[in-house]
Amino acid sequence: MTSISAVSGPRMAMHMRRKRVNAVALALAFGAMAFGVFWLVWILFETIRLGAGGMSWALLTQPQPGPNSEGGGLSNAIFGSLAMVTLATVIGTPIGVFSGIYLAEYGQKGWLGSTTRFINDILLSAPSIVIGLFVYALVVVPMKGFSGWAGSVALALIVIPVVIRTTETMLNLVPHALREAAYALGTPKWKVIASVTLRASRSGVITGVLLAIARISGETAPLLFTALSSQFFSSDLTRPMASLPKVIYDFATGPYENLQHLAWAGVFLITLGVLALNIAARVFFRNKH
Amino acid sequence: MAATFPADQTLRKAKDSGSPPKRRLNAPWGDALFSFLAHSAAWLTLAILAGIIGSLLVGAAPAIKEFGLGFLWHSEWDPVQDHYGGLAMIYGTVATSFIALLIAVPVSFGIALFLTEMSPAWLKRPLGVAIELLAAVPSIVYGMWGLMVFGPILATWVQQPLQSAFGNAPVLGTLFSGPPVGMGILCAGIILAIMIIPFIAAVMRDVFEVTPPMLKESAYGLGATTWEVVYKVVLPFTKTGVVGGVMLGLGRALGETMAVTFVIGNQSQLSQLSLFQAANSITSVLANEFAEAGDGLHRAALMYLALVLFVITFIVLSFAKVLLMRLKRAEGARA
Amino acid sequence: MSFHPIRLVSLAAAMCLGAFAAHAADAVTGAGASFPAPIYSKWAEAYNKATGNQINYQSVGSGAGIKQIKEKTVDFGASDMPLKDEDLATAGLIQFPTVIGGVVPVIHVEGVKPGQLKLTGAVLADIYLGKVTKWNDPAITSLNPGVKLPDAVITPVHRADGSGTSFIFTNYLSKVNADWKAKIGEGTAVNWPANGLAGKGNEGIAQNVQRLPNSIGYVEYAYAKQSKMDYVQLKNAAGNFVEPDDLTFKAAAAGADWSKSFYQVLTEQAGKDAWPISGATFILMHVAQDKPAQATASLKFFDWAYANGDKAANDLDYVALPDALKALIHTKWASIKDTAGKSVATK
Repeated sequence: MTSISAVSGPRMAMHMRRKRVNAVALALAFGAMAFGVFWLVWILFETIRLGAGGMSWALLTQPQPGPNSEGGGLSNAIFGSLAMVTLATVIGTPIGVFSGIYLAEYGQKGWLGSTTRFINDILLSAPSIVIGLFVYALVVVPMKGFSGWAGSVALALIVIPVVIRTTETMLNLVPHALREAAYALGTPKWKVIASVTLRASRSGVITGVLLAIARISGETAPLLFTALSSQFFSSDLTRPMASLPKVIYDFATGPYENLQHLAWAGVFLITLGVLALNIAARVFFRNKH
Repeated sequence: MAATFPADQTLRKAKDSGSPPKRRLNAPWGDALFSFLAHSAAWLTLAILAGIIGSLLVGAAPAIKEFGLGFLWHSEWDPVQDHYGGLAMIYGTVATSFIALLIAVPVSFGIALFLTEMSPAWLKRPLGVAIELLAAVPSIVYGMWGLMVFGPILATWVQQPLQSAFGNAPVLGTLFSGPPVGMGILCAGIILAIMIIPFIAAVMRDVFEVTPPMLKESAYGLGATTWEVVYKVVLPFTKTGVVGGVMLGLGRALGETMAVTFVIGNQSQLSQLSLFQAANSITSVLANEFAEAGDGLHRAALMYLALVLFVITFIVLSFAKVLLMRLKRAEGARA
Repeated sequence: MSFHPIRLVSLAAAMCLGAFAAHAADAVTGAGASFPAPIYSKWAEAYNKATGNQINYQSVGSGAGIKQIKEKTVDFGASDMPLKDEDLATAGLIQFPTVIGGVVPVIHVEGVKPGQLKLTGAVLADIYLGKVTKWNDPAITSLNPGVKLPDAVITPVHRADGSGTSFIFTNYLSKVNADWKAKIGEGTAVNWPANGLAGKGNEGIAQNVQRLPNSIGYVEYAYAKQSKMDYVQLKNAAGNFVEPDDLTFKAAAAGADWSKSFYQVLTEQAGKDAWPISGATFILMHVAQDKPAQATASLKFFDWAYANGDKAANDLDYVALPDALKALIHTKWASIKDTAGKSVATK
């Protein structure tokens, strides 16, 4: 049995070097984390500082005011954003998840899988304004008018590539042993995917959907020429519909102070909303073991 | 011992007293339906994506006919004379995204590493959610914050020192020339980095977390340090996912419109290859000029630029694929 | 994977609410210039309170407004740049002005107070051309004896997006500087010289000028006033240095002859108090309407605005139109007809 004193010289040096490398790497990782969190804290701090003061019941119940008008809120924008984001998620998530399932479980070989995967990755980087213009040509011009439907479709087209990419990635990471065990029990393929593979990667798939929702909650460009916007409260999806990002953009970039305050309150609302959704989704889909 | 096979499609043990509850999974159409859903989703996706690219091609056709490939290396952009060249915008897009990735990938990796290996249990969830929250901040906020808050700080603490230190060096001098006012490609690149960190970090964290514990524990058992476990076990295992996450972030960086428009300076001329000079990117030019561009060469040139953006993504993607293939092959060779 | 009940319920609720959306009140959509957006939304707010009708105007830019009305996705378009009569005829449109405003050069120079600096149009154009590069250039100091100007490079800021405000500004520069007219010209988007920066929207220029020392830009008057920016005095066609305010804008409008055509650009007008960079903003509508109800509703709104909206316009730093012009506009509305040839205007 070798004693510590026998582990000497080059071996000790290598051991110390590995420890040093480890310490440096972990310190850098901590530094990176602090760097990322620093920006986050700063931006969130600004958002809270400028926006939290604007929270009031009127914010939720009154439509947007004119420049220098008294009172007012963001009810039209809040409703519009809720409606269009929900619709976009409902349309986009099933298509995205099922496409991701196809790519991971059915389409590893063959041209449909690899082509879809490739084009999807290209579309991930599409400027959202290009998607908006595509939907403009497809929906707005034939309908001869801007509408909440067009806005929802444009947002859905942003959701789909994100969800496909994350779903496929997470499904691919499920160990084959899990699948094979299920098959060995005689489970049909669809049940394997639905109950085993998808369940195992559930957390990651949810992350993908949440990331997509977070992204479309803050997107302005695709809504510019699809949903346009409206200064009045409207629940009619066939007419122009307001959205928080567009209204925030209009207000924040204008010179009127009452509108600028509302804009920051809106930013605060979006952040709060996504946070609430995040927490709710994690709680709802947590591993109930 | 009574046979207690779990019920499945073909075995029907109705009368055995010790048999488990009947669970008829005999929906033979289940497989067909599910497969149909998955296949049609893929077809639908392909149709949509192809439609978008197709409509871009149709829209850009007049410009492609007029300028051909020369569009890519001419930098004159003149809406009045109808003379267009996309070099300035291409440079802006490539440079800002490169800087963004350069900063975001190591930072995200550090965050993912911290969250999976170093963080105390109580911190994991809140910190993870906090990072994801960054993704929800509207891009306009980044743009405005970048212009009004971050820009001046960048000018005073980064740009001016860099310019006084390297102003006369051969290559770096050109890179750091231009008015150090906190706008331009460097500023846009850093803001983009902050915007894409949540995407890359969230995906990296998720893929790190699904590494089979047994793999990591075997390595630890052999005396590997934390860093070695991550670098030599977790990273190779998750490399496809990591590259996927980076692609997600890159996608956002290449396609980000609003935040870039605020801080990049919006000048379509390419006088020098400077990081501090006001510049333009493909997306900011689209955002600024598309709404007003009349039907004709201006609009077609803008769509040509959008097509070029897709081609850039295509090139980067292929590069990533080749890289992954090489890594996989090397993996096999080492075994 | 389980269903998400909360999502389903909220979706169902949204759709139910959508079903109840049939309202008896008018709902009109318009889009276009950002210049008049504040006054249009203020008028729409008041009109909605008075009559319950919803006139939804969104600012997307003059060029986009023209495009949208041509494609009939909106009921009316708005543009700071008037269309020439031939273009109107080709597109089957009619245009009429609503309010008048001004474009104001703004600066960011240490020690110079708002309204203190005097410039001429020719020097302004030379600054943007890059011929005058520093604040203490003799061209500027000769106009401003007694004002201490720094030895610093001027950063001119212009619009990155196509804009009617840019059109008015470049139209003015073309009138006062032959070099500018030859090299750059006028338009909503021109080939600006490479010596400055660009910002998106009025706010882009305003924010950039506020942020960058020794910069100069041009914004609509409401912006300059509300954001308390440093504006300059300009020498007008009569040779007087004037400050931008509603009196000088009114003086510029007084000289125009609207009876021949509504295509009037109010730059370099002859009045002795006229602000040299003024302009009206226009509404565009189709002459032959396939949606006559929407057209009637739009005209009712503008009629109401001409009758009741002057005070709101003045409060927001626009200049209301003279009564004679309003009467003239009313007569022109008779030419908007539905498919049967019947005029849609009620008066």
